[in-house]
Amino acid sequence: MKKLSARRRHPLAAVVVLLLALAATGGLYTAFAPASKAKADDSAQSLTIEEGKKLYEVGCASCHGTGGQGTTDGPSLVGVGAAAVDFQVGTGRMPAQQPGAQIPRKKVIYSQAEIDQLAAYIASLGAGPNVPTKNQYSPEGADIAKGGELFRTNCAQCHNFTGKGGALTHGKFAPDLEGVAPKHIYEAMQTGPQNMPSFPDTTLSSKNKKDIIAYLNAVNSDETQNPGGLELGGLGPVSEGLFAWIFGLGALIAVAVWVAARTAKAKKS
Amino acid sequence: MSSQDIPEENLPAEQDAAHGAVGVADEKNPFADPGLPPHEHRIQDIDERAAKRSERAVALLFTVSMLATIGFIASYVAIPNDKSIYVFPIGHLSAMNFALGLTLGVALFCIGAGAVHWARTLMSDAEIADERHPIEASPEVRAKVHADFKQGAKESAIGRRPLIRNTMLGALTLVPLSGLFLLRDLGPLPKETLRHTLWAKGKRLVNMNTNLPLRPEDVAVGSLTFAKPDGLEETNEDFQTEIAKAALMIVRLQPDNIKDKRELEWSHQGIVAYSKICTHVGCPISLYEQQTHHVLCPCHQSTFDLSDGARVIFGPAGHALPQLRIGVDSEGYLQALGDFEEPVGPAFWERG
Amino acid sequence: MSTTASNTTRSRGKEPAGEKVADWVDGRLGIYSLAKANMRKIFPDHWSFMLGEVCLYSFLIIILTGVYLTLFFHPSMNEVVYHGSYVPLQGQLMSEAFNSTLHISFEVRGGLLIRQIHHWAALIFLAGMFVHMMRVFFTGAFRKPREINWMFGFLLFVLGMFTGFTGYSLPDDLLSGTGVRFMEGAILSVPIIGTYISYFLFGGEFPGHDFVARFYSIHILLLPGIMLGLVVGHLILVFYHKHTQFAGPGKTNNNVVGMPLLPVYMAKAGGFFFLVFGAITAVAAIAQINPIWAIGPYRPDQVSTGAQPDWYMGFSEGLIRTMPGWEINFAGHTLVLGVFIPLMIFPLVLVAIAVYPFLEAWVTGDRREHHILDRPRNVPTRTAFGAAWIAWYFVLLVGGGNDLWATHFHLSINAITWFVRIGFFVVPVLTFVVTKRICLGLQRRDKDKVLHGRESGIIKRLPHGEFIEVHEPLSQEQLYTLTAHHQYEPVEIGPTVDENGVERKVGGTQKLRAKLSSAYYGEDGQISKPTVEEYKEITSGHGHH
Repeated sequence: MKKLSARRRHPLAAVVVLLLALAATGGLYTAFAPASKAKADDSAQSLTIEEGKKLYEVGCASCHGTGGQGTTDGPSLVGVGAAAVDFQVGTGRMPAQQPGAQIPRKKVIYSQAEIDQLAAYIASLGAGPNVPTKNQYSPEGADIAKGGELFRTNCAQCHNFTGKGGALTHGKFAPDLEGVAPKHIYEAMQTGPQNMPSFPDTTLSSKNKKDIIAYLNAVNSDETQNPGGLELGGLGPVSEGLFAWIFGLGALIAVAVWVAARTAKAKKS
Repeated sequence: MSSQDIPEENLPAEQDAAHGAVGVADEKNPFADPGLPPHEHRIQDIDERAAKRSERAVALLFTVSMLATIGFIASYVAIPNDKSIYVFPIGHLSAMNFALGLTLGVALFCIGAGAVHWARTLMSDAEIADERHPIEASPEVRAKVHADFKQGAKESAIGRRPLIRNTMLGALTLVPLSGLFLLRDLGPLPKETLRHTLWAKGKRLVNMNTNLPLRPEDVAVGSLTFAKPDGLEETNEDFQTEIAKAALMIVRLQPDNIKDKRELEWSHQGIVAYSKICTHVGCPISLYEQQTHHVLCPCHQSTFDLSDGARVIFGPAGHALPQLRIGVDSEGYLQALGDFEEPVGPAFWERG
Repeated sequence: MSTTASNTTRSRGKEPAGEKVADWVDGRLGIYSLAKANMRKIFPDHWSFMLGEVCLYSFLIIILTGVYLTLFFHPSMNEVVYHGSYVPLQGQLMSEAFNSTLHISFEVRGGLLIRQIHHWAALIFLAGMFVHMMRVFFTGAFRKPREINWMFGFLLFVLGMFTGFTGYSLPDDLLSGTGVRFMEGAILSVPIIGTYISYFLFGGEFPGHDFVARFYSIHILLLPGIMLGLVVGHLILVFYHKHTQFAGPGKTNNNVVGMPLLPVYMAKAGGFFFLVFGAITAVAAIAQINPIWAIGPYRPDQVSTGAQPDWYMGFSEGLIRTMPGWEINFAGHTLVLGVFIPLMIFPLVLVAIAVYPFLEAWVTGDRREHHILDRPRNVPTRTAFGAAWIAWYFVLLVGGGNDLWATHFHLSINAITWFVRIGFFVVPVLTFVVTKRICLGLQRRDKDKVLHGRESGIIKRLPHGEFIEVHEPLSQEQLYTLTAHHQYEPVEIGPTVDENGVERKVGGTQKLRAKLSSAYYGEDGQISKPTVEEYKEITSGHGHH
């Protein structure tokens, strides 16, 4: 035993344990997967949690700890709720690839079913916001104008007037919201991912969130109308100024060169 | 080009002055000015067919302009003002704006292009040298003007009668003062208004979003809430002026994380209320990073640490954000325990 | 009377109607003598001489479209509820100014186009003035007799900035309102009188109910009125001085070579107006500018990231963003240096370039008229100064857009701010040194070309096996053009002791002038141009290559 406890402190021990755990999970998975199918009528909820736990142990535990209690590499997930998992994993932010000022949106590597399992497991660790229902986040029937006002009060300071994104301190940033699913926008407001503050229902009601989603849908999507023409990134005067210099004054100088140039002379023979 | 087109001063005899006479390169000075090079003809000058082509090009441009103007009028009449079309690669835009802009642009541009093409290909392109004349007057003229001036001054007797001169200068100096005084009523004199906001003891903190008073349990750790004083409505006459000072930013920190002693005292269960107005030049500051507790101003990047009395940690702001002292009233709602103790917003001379 | 007699004889003749009208006008306004001097006025051809026209025409376009906009705009800050056709704002409270701007954009047919032309033309007007000013600067066209016109142009640039700023603030949208708030904060920082100016400007506390109406009269009447006067003065002086020209065969300081106003320049300049108008209109058809409906109405408690002014105010934004937050409290007062210093440097940046012509005139002591333009390389110190100024300006523009640089180049906003803080002092110096070196290098190359001819690209093998590139001698036109520039001698203070051994007093300013002069025109300031003797010695020698 003494030998074993000494070896536990070896730097490589963690790796060995991880490998063993991986092998065990894989083995367990193959062992249980067909069986669980057979017992289909068993409590579906606890099964989902079981599956989620397995996925968690493979993909998340190295940073967030085996029980979701958090480590120096990742925060505790107890009480963050299913909505946070659905947002983080559903937008590809988790699992994180590399440390940096901020973990960006990436390709999603889990299927929605797997995300649901993970979410169910994390939700079982402690109460937190649930994944919103379609009824909650669907922009239909919402008040777009009220959403605009709410967006300008609560969101535009980081995400720009129409959600084009902006800079925060030390390389962090608020991302562009174009193409983000309404569900994920809802979840982000509810859970406050990374450095974004949360806007819980107590201060920004579910109806308010719906209005904001409807506003974003109107002003920052593929279908957004820009009556005046090119949007120029929707970034305001900086891109407008660049455009005026390059294409406005640039074109006029090109024209001036033509106006002032000598007309070709007849060739001397 | 027929000889009538050439103005008199440019007839060959006159041109010698500019052409060649200055210096044919000689042994003495290889860098001498060789004079204007001889005029070379364009193809349009010697080939009538080329000139005809240019003429047709100019006429075509003017015709295109006419058609574009007709197109402009047609677009104005025919296109519904709210119609939106998709134009690759620009996006969804107003059909009216696009059609009117392009037709008007073409109509104008073609007039210009036609005129310039005409000038470049069909009008004489012979370079002409025009003499410059010195701007300064000749000594005689100068002397005459000075003498006239002295004569005039003498006749007016302004030098001899200083009383007239001095009183006139005095009158002219004083008269603009009336104008200056007329500007006085542009606004009131600054009083103590910059120091006070609508916040007062017992005023509830009303959530900007829901227009309902806030309870401590509404405000979660890591969340961000904006509040206004109870009773201030958007429809009020002076809403803009009041909210410009009273806007409030509320966050909840773990009491252990609050480093500043006064901040902790003025908070309620870790809920702290700070002015939303930046102390630099008054932008509504609210880019709250919930993990670092830093809040950044989107205008000029002043950064404040909300866990440390909102002191400035980066950027051009000169002092911390003012904190509002809050508590809970008998019904369990968050309330102010007084006005801000220092002026909110940008600093000014009398701030002290 | 002879005139009456001649008039009657004239009218009896069978002249065309146009001449009759002209005669009638001349009898009252004396246009013939004016036309005699100007109708065949000569203008030289060069694309860079048309930059001023770009400005003039965009100014005219701004006035035309601006008058149209006043027909629909309501300069009022009364709050109204929006009921127009833009759905995402329906039911929102906004000022009448904002409401009427939405009305112009969505309900008035062609209103959006005119608004966009107006705004694009304004950006191009300022950009055009900037480039035109740099053209005048780098070619030395500001020298006597054109110093006053340089000042007129400079004033137009500055007034253009403020006209633009006030106009940009009129729609009372969230972005421009943030800009006005910034202006209020800057005014408050002025010691002693800051709060008074602010209260007088806004009719009390910010934002109050007055500033849109006040900015409106400043924007459409006061500033454009002054500018129109300056433009007219600027043009009269251009006509009076006659245009400058680049050195070349037949072009002297006493003539101007080019084509006559009638017909060539009438067609070219007149046509250019339509070209400019057409191009700006096309830009307004294609690219959206200042979409106030997406920005929303102003509320002092709302803001968006990326809050920047139009480009011409960008350098002041850079100053304010990068200044450290210094604040001094004493005796119950606050000195807001963090805002006040940038507010004072803002005019200094502009004045630095505006007063340069007078500095240079003082250093050279040259009282002659100059109508032949310099090639920038031939005046390395001036060119280096101008380049350093542009670099300075550009560094500040980077500072003004630091948040967008951060997001688009994945940098830290704090790092960019620090770069600008250091670059503010370092970049102009580096640019100065580098530019001067480049100019001197180009001067050496010109000298080589004059003395040894241009590289022809033909390689020749000599009998003994050596390969050489054949250099072709330049034509006399080229020789003249490359050697036509005047080179100053550095000013000497002269002996400090006179013949009798008595010490002569030399003032500090005189010493400074001598120092500057030797920096400009000493050995390090310019490459002495080839002399006839050098040329003859080389060309008379065998085989120049």
